[in-house]
Amino acid sequence: MTDHAFTFCDTHLIARADCTLWWPDARLLCVSDLHLGKSERIARRGGTLLPPYETCETLWRLEETVMATNPETIVCLGDSFDDLGAARAVDDDTRTTLIRLQAGRDWIWIEGNHDPGPIDLGGTHLGQLQRGPLSFRHIGQPNASGEVSGHYHPKAALKGIASRPCFLVDDARIILPAFGAYTGGLAARDEVLVKIMAPSAIAILTGKRALPVPLSACLKR
Amino acid sequence: MTTLPPKFVDWFATKGWSIHPHQAEMLARADEPSLLLIAPTGGGKTLAGFLPTLVELSQAPHDGLHTLYVSPLKALAADIKRNLGTPIDDMGLSIRVEDRTGDTSYTQKRRQRADPPHILLTTPESLALLVSYEDAPRIFRGVQRIIVDEIHALAESKRGDQLMLALSRIQTMNPDLRRVGLSATVDDPDAIAHNLARHPDPCPILHADPGPDPDITMLVTQERPPWSGGGAKYSIPAVLDLVKQHQTTLIFHNTRAQAELYFHNLWLANEDGLPIGIHHGSLSRDQRTNVEAAMVRGDLRAIVCTGSLDLGIDWGNVDLVIQIGAPKNVKRLVQRIGRANHRYNAPSKAVLVPANRFEVVECVAALEAAKAHDLDGDAPRAGPRDVLCQHILAVACSGPFDATALFHEIKTVGAFSDLSRAAFDDCLDFCATGGYALRAYDQWKRLKEVDGKWQLRDPRSSARIRMNLGTIFDIETLKVKFRRSAKTLGEIEESFAATLTQGDTFLIGGQIVRYEGLNQLTVEVSHQKGRTPKVATFNGTKFATSTQLSQRILTMFAQDDWPELPDHTSQWLHLQRDVSQLPQAGRILVETFPQDGREHMVVYGFAGVNAHRTLGLILTQRMEAAGLNPLGFVVTDYAMMIWGLTPVKYVAPLFDPDNMRDGLETWLAGNAVMKRTFRVAATVAGLIERNSRQGRKSGRQATFSSDILYDTLAKYDPDHLMLRITREEAMRGLVDFGRIEDMLQRTKGRVDHVELDRVTPLAAPLFLEPGRIPVFGEGREKLLQDQSAALMRDAGLGDR
Repeated sequence: MTDHAFTFCDTHLIARADCTLWWPDARLLCVSDLHLGKSERIARRGGTLLPPYETCETLWRLEETVMATNPETIVCLGDSFDDLGAARAVDDDTRTTLIRLQAGRDWIWIEGNHDPGPIDLGGTHLGQLQRGPLSFRHIGQPNASGEVSGHYHPKAALKGIASRPCFLVDDARIILPAFGAYTGGLAARDEVLVKIMAPSAIAILTGKRALPVPLSACLKR
Repeated sequence: MTTLPPKFVDWFATKGWSIHPHQAEMLARADEPSLLLIAPTGGGKTLAGFLPTLVELSQAPHDGLHTLYVSPLKALAADIKRNLGTPIDDMGLSIRVEDRTGDTSYTQKRRQRADPPHILLTTPESLALLVSYEDAPRIFRGVQRIIVDEIHALAESKRGDQLMLALSRIQTMNPDLRRVGLSATVDDPDAIAHNLARHPDPCPILHADPGPDPDITMLVTQERPPWSGGGAKYSIPAVLDLVKQHQTTLIFHNTRAQAELYFHNLWLANEDGLPIGIHHGSLSRDQRTNVEAAMVRGDLRAIVCTGSLDLGIDWGNVDLVIQIGAPKNVKRLVQRIGRANHRYNAPSKAVLVPANRFEVVECVAALEAAKAHDLDGDAPRAGPRDVLCQHILAVACSGPFDATALFHEIKTVGAFSDLSRAAFDDCLDFCATGGYALRAYDQWKRLKEVDGKWQLRDPRSSARIRMNLGTIFDIETLKVKFRRSAKTLGEIEESFAATLTQGDTFLIGGQIVRYEGLNQLTVEVSHQKGRTPKVATFNGTKFATSTQLSQRILTMFAQDDWPELPDHTSQWLHLQRDVSQLPQAGRILVETFPQDGREHMVVYGFAGVNAHRTLGLILTQRMEAAGLNPLGFVVTDYAMMIWGLTPVKYVAPLFDPDNMRDGLETWLAGNAVMKRTFRVAATVAGLIERNSRQGRKSGRQATFSSDILYDTLAKYDPDHLMLRITREEAMRGLVDFGRIEDMLQRTKGRVDHVELDRVTPLAAPLFLEPGRIPVFGEGREKLLQDQSAALMRDAGLGDR
């Protein structure tokens, strides 16, 4: 068993070790912060020339997950592209891969702060999405309930264990880890996240296995 | 042929000095295109270097920069400025001397570029920055001489390569530039001369009289040194006595944390209130300057210090050097001892203080080596290509360049004299396009070729490139300040800061402070009196012991008894022989024992750090394959220790020389050593920007780990230049596998396994070694699973 199953707002959900959230009853796969085209954006703006392989790598991983779960709906929780320029600059390979992934499924692009406008790459474009008791949006809102969001790229470290991307879960909200290959993270105990999450929240570490730990047991860095 | 003008003859006379033969010869051969002087510390080396400059400037007025002086240490530049002031003022010469380092103010730097002094004292990093400016040709116009001080400390280092590349630019601007190198005693002067001269010019070497042998002893106290530990607290009363008996004492430590602790303990015992100061690289600039000034005035009786005082600082009154902890390296020992007694022809006096009993053995071996003039050396190497990439970007910042001209200029640098055009073109391509197999986007260009000349695609990127110049790989540090105070006490490593919680106490600048919290990128502290501090673990610099020392120690171990060692240490060795064995040449001793809930295996190879690191990789890979769950390892020159979850019962198969390479390639590619090496090379080459403070300040997820880039390249572009450089650099740090195979073949069947229920005398010091290398295998995953389950259970969340 490499995934972690849990109940959230009377819904049976699975936090997968590969940083995606799987809702089996709705056959819905949720993934956040793909940041496709990050190296392209940095190069365009006169920064360093990072290896231009992150889009390929990110979509390759996503395809693995899609093959394993065969979802009816795929929700990309925003910041799918590093900026709108990166969304416009996608090459033919990327476009083909996206078309293949979208075939026969509902594909929903949620707007993020990096990609606030419409994207000409198939799928439906939404500010947020409501499905049953769950609402999907990029940045979590205060006093929300049943909320699934991304944006913060949470990661957590334990004593003797280097930090890994993690899910944060309390009774009212789930924050997803970033899925993109070139993404860093914010410590789960950073004050920004501590203010949002309930003290009883758990962090689900990703990697080879999805492992839950109390948020209060994670290190501050 | 230049002789000493009357004004200078008179000056020497009023000082009551006579010119040293090597100073006269440096003057006489001032016209040599390059010249290397080897002289002991205290031999008037710096004056020998500057004398031709002072004479030339006193005889003919010069407009702008005449002499560039480069030293590896900021403190040295300030020190030289003070020392040059004396002859210049005494003789009323109109010579302007200024220093330019990372500590120089922005206004001062601006003014220096517009109106350079006659003599500019600087560091390799500041010089590389100057050379990258568009107005470099104007700044360096008319430069006559460049003096590279303490060149032995720059040889065979990336800083030295960066310096010599910058020098090749300045030489092109001024073909008549003369180069002078000043070096302490080294084992291979020819290698240094090769790096100094404009290739293929010859470089004559001058040897000064080495002076009398130093008077070095080891401190033997009634109090026994502990089995392990690096504090040497036991020696404090004896060291205070020595300080009282001498005019000024320098007390050297191998790490900053040890220096802080020792300083603290010294003051607790300092009943006479002797004025004692502290000096190390983590202290604020003000604090360092104050201590240096007090030292020059003769106000201090002792300074507790680290390597930041290591190089050539000329403080005349020092009459005793104390080295706490084993010197690890004979060359460094001899150079440190040179600090004492800067009067030519008087023997330097030094006392070694071993911190633990193993170090007693090391100290005795080092003393014998120093007496035998047995200096340790490094193997020469070709110029590293990550530094070359950085240089190409820096050149692009200064203006458009012709690739062929630059290639030929680079080949005048000794370390790059064998560079092929293909290798150069690889580096140029990396700088220009990233050098990826996939050429996807037009905007993937940092440099572009216009009318046969290469230039920055976006001129604004020069600011970012300049910010990232340099080859010293700093650990991220945070400033420490008192609350509501602007004054910086010093800096601590970010990773150390992360372990602190409010109320924790630690030592900095000799005072105990209480951690209050983190404000932006500053650690805020308050005063705290009279509590035992939590130890600051910042900057545990690891020094490699030379192989010569290892061999001497192994020879000593073969004796039946050790009359040359203090009783406590020979008893300690006898105890090791009783409970286990002493390591022997030609055999491998392996000890296994549990400690702190982990299974430990210690291998005494006595083959040096590099060979042990390689062996560590091989053994952990075999242990992983055998399901022994290794978690990490640490190496010294004598031994290697691996810890894990499962005890090792059968040691011999791990050392089987057959099929050693099976699965090793994959293991290596994913190894922490490779990733660390990649991070350094990619930062130097400009792929990763080191000044990501902006991103960190916003507190967001702007930066991501360089490990991700490494993994991505390894998967999609395994032949990329950065990976080739990484493999080369990592292999330089590792000994090649052929030699390890040979070693295992030789010792086949001669592995002695001793199973114990506790740590042995000889293994104890290994638990304090810095530089532990993690192994990311199943062992770590199991630990994480257990930890996760336990934490959830404790929180009452077992079922979630």
